[in-house]
Amino acid sequence: MTATPAPTLAPVKAAGRPVRSRSLRPWYRNGSLVAGMVIVGALILVAIFAPLLTSYSPTTQNLEATLQGPSAAHWLGTDQFGRDVLTRLLWSTRVDLRIGFIAVLIPFVVGTILGALAGYFGGWLDTIVMRLVDIFFAFPFYVMVIVLVFVLGAGETSIYLAIATVSWVSYAKIVRGEVLVAKQQDYVMAARLGGFSHLKVLARHIGPNVLSQAIIYAMSDIVQDIMAIVTLGYLGLGIAPPTAEWGSMIADGQQFITTHWEQATIPGLAVVVVSLGLSWLGDGLSDLLSPDRRK
Amino acid sequence: MSETPLLSVRNLSLGVQRKGRPTTVIVDDVSFDVAEGERFGIVGESGSGKSLTLRAIANLLPAGVSVLSGAIHYRGQDLQTMPAKSRRRLAGPEIAMIFQEPMTALNPVMRVGDQIAESPRRNLGLSKSAAMDLAIDMMRKTGIPDPARRARSYPHELSGGLRQRIMIAMALSCSPRLLLCDEPTTALDVTVQLQVLRLLEQLCEDTETALVFVTHDLGVVNQTCRELGVMYAGEIVERGRVKDVFADPRHPYTKGLLDSAPDFDQPDRELVAIPGFAPNLADRPDGCPFEPRCAFAVEHCATARPTLAKVLPGREAACFETARIFQGATA
Amino acid sequence: MLHRLRFIPGRILQAIPVALGVSILVFLMSHLLPGNPAVAILGNHATPANVATLSKHLGLDKPLWDQYWLFISHLFQGDLGQSLTYQQPVVSLVFAAVPVTLSLVLYALVLSLIISVPLAGWAATRPGRARDLAVRAYTLLGQGMPQFWVGIMLILLLAVRLQIFPVGGYGQTPTDHLYYLFLPALTLAISMCPTIIRSLRASTIQVLGSEYVGTARSKGIAGASLFRVHVLRNAAIPTVSIVGVNLGYLVGGSLVIEHVFAIPGLGSLMINAIFARDFPTIQGVALFVALFVVIVGILTDIVYTLLDPRVDLANTEAVR
Repeated sequence: MTATPAPTLAPVKAAGRPVRSRSLRPWYRNGSLVAGMVIVGALILVAIFAPLLTSYSPTTQNLEATLQGPSAAHWLGTDQFGRDVLTRLLWSTRVDLRIGFIAVLIPFVVGTILGALAGYFGGWLDTIVMRLVDIFFAFPFYVMVIVLVFVLGAGETSIYLAIATVSWVSYAKIVRGEVLVAKQQDYVMAARLGGFSHLKVLARHIGPNVLSQAIIYAMSDIVQDIMAIVTLGYLGLGIAPPTAEWGSMIADGQQFITTHWEQATIPGLAVVVVSLGLSWLGDGLSDLLSPDRRK
Repeated sequence: MSETPLLSVRNLSLGVQRKGRPTTVIVDDVSFDVAEGERFGIVGESGSGKSLTLRAIANLLPAGVSVLSGAIHYRGQDLQTMPAKSRRRLAGPEIAMIFQEPMTALNPVMRVGDQIAESPRRNLGLSKSAAMDLAIDMMRKTGIPDPARRARSYPHELSGGLRQRIMIAMALSCSPRLLLCDEPTTALDVTVQLQVLRLLEQLCEDTETALVFVTHDLGVVNQTCRELGVMYAGEIVERGRVKDVFADPRHPYTKGLLDSAPDFDQPDRELVAIPGFAPNLADRPDGCPFEPRCAFAVEHCATARPTLAKVLPGREAACFETARIFQGATA
Repeated sequence: MLHRLRFIPGRILQAIPVALGVSILVFLMSHLLPGNPAVAILGNHATPANVATLSKHLGLDKPLWDQYWLFISHLFQGDLGQSLTYQQPVVSLVFAAVPVTLSLVLYALVLSLIISVPLAGWAATRPGRARDLAVRAYTLLGQGMPQFWVGIMLILLLAVRLQIFPVGGYGQTPTDHLYYLFLPALTLAISMCPTIIRSLRASTIQVLGSEYVGTARSKGIAGASLFRVHVLRNAAIPTVSIVGVNLGYLVGGSLVIEHVFAIPGLGSLMINAIFARDFPTIQGVALFVALFVVIVGILTDIVYTLLDPRVDLANTEAVR
């Protein structure tokens, strides 16, 4: 058989559709993200408009109407001081949500910076930071927070300080890990070869990817912080009464568990709703920012 | 030689069926027979469906892929209609399989000796020590030095070539009648490839085990197989004895493959690549799947689908124009 | 295999600076406060005279280094000071409380494994289907419920309403302990399960789709023995390190739970000491808990090494 010359052909249709680097579906199709946004959005609205939602005050006592069950006047009843439970529930959103969101900031910033520096520059800086991380890691979160709050005296500032002291380590670990991986990537070496300073490389090239991981973790951290705040409130180490706060409400309610079980139950449900919303938001964000890393 | 072939695949179609979406056909109407002791190669590029065909026979189709139509007969029995338990009992003593990447195909936390002994223990009912003795013996047969000691190793402690020998020992441990090989040498160094291939041939020859060998490497098929089927876009486009097909291809795709492969016997021959890309399976054209890339295509090639038809004694090709294209060839 | 365990001495050596750091932290926590710790201890009785006497008694007038040295040297002699409330050596209080907390934690671990492993395996065999979604829903919920609240709800349901279990306390005999500790252990387990299930489910799905499981199937292995021999051990490996990390959280959580259920363990000891401003006890318990976490870390590394023959921790960083 004789060899045939190479023929020219009409070009073939390219196969497949283009793959985008981010999530394959638009954000509004992302179930978790939408659900999370709705819930968190609703909570923020409740927090802002709490005073307008009910006609009662969360702190004024009314000793004539103590421990009433749910009724038309008081949808969720009243507590042992005659205060409307629904009002306290709504007002507590302001407290717990606000503190939760603020409490995340300092650990986020401090931990991210330290972790990034440790991972990027390595050497003795890395060793020191990692030893510090080991030491702080040896203390369970709650032990540290409780002891610190006790030592610093109950109150909002103490909570921030206690949580900041304990939480920064997780961010440092995550960010350091991410930076270590990113450092090896070719695009970083290319940037360095191109003459970019360390700072620029960190900020422009490594930063965005690493930050998104830190942000995703921060979402679950907010949930953890809110849990801690509520727990502190339960133990009486949190926000001082008579401010409405879910944790202290549960503690109050626990005394009357045999007769008015709803008092201890309902604030807990509120916490569940908050963490569900935030978790969904976090999951949705995670899917959006790094879909190839689903847990 | 018995009348019934050992393995008979008839009009097998595999694909993905999803509710509310059109079915995607991946393997289309594939048929071939494998006699006892036969060595049948399936050649094709990535995505041609050759691995899936093998997995369908072994009952190891990935999630989502199912048999759309057709039948697979082993020793005259329909594999799909037999009870699941009976089909499972075939695995090991009758039908065995070797995979491409021995590192991922071996359990990383189990000693290799135990992995080889597992099949005889379950399927042949051997005791623990008898099975281990068998395993060590198999290891010796596959040329692994110091088998008794090596049997206590873990996969990650062995080289790629050794791991593949372990896989072979494992597959042949129950003396199966049919060995399915899914690109077993692709992941190996070239020098090791030849050793492993020779080993396979030898062992199968000794035990008269039939081989179905899937690969994209023409050289390997030439070395190891006697009969071959060429797959393109999920269909078999040519079938016949290896020596004959390589000397005298009767399908443009087969010819394209041969033309693009380097040949030691003709070092100065210009290599001609097949232009274009393999088709997107979801987007099957109406006519011959190879038509867009075929240098010899005419009008009706794009509108009608050719099926495998006999062109020579012992040879079939799925092409309307095969007579015209390969006219000057010796019949 | 023993060869691979040679990392242990090195790891213990590594743990020493950490332990030292922990002791410094514990020391600083109580000594570097705003204000005088003696004032905090005395609370309402903090007259200048009392403060001066107590300060002298506690050695607070000495420089910080000396105080730390005192602290450390006493530590090595096994002396953690005297409890201000109970007038007993802190060491004896801690040692009495440790078995209680240990039983609670182990009980919780066993319960969570009993719950998690079947659920994770069950969900992993049909990912995306109803059972998987149900399990994942539980995972999401479980992580959103405050632990102490779960405890209270369990008390409400099983102790108050159905009266199957006691409301609190510890009991006298070992069988009593099992009975009394069930609800608190269950509370802890409910909080731990989501993390375990998440990890185990993901790794099981990955293992089920792996090549070597395909190989096993090609040998005719299926069902329970497939799971037992090939899937379980491989799927457990990544989960072990996660459980190890979470054991630390578990100990922290047990603190509050012991308080809710009135169990005389380290947690109650700590919380009561906090309310009574009993500094030496607080220090003692904090130190002990930290040490426990470090030990758990080393144990986790050991279990990990035993499970996965590919791992050689003498050459790599610790598993977390």
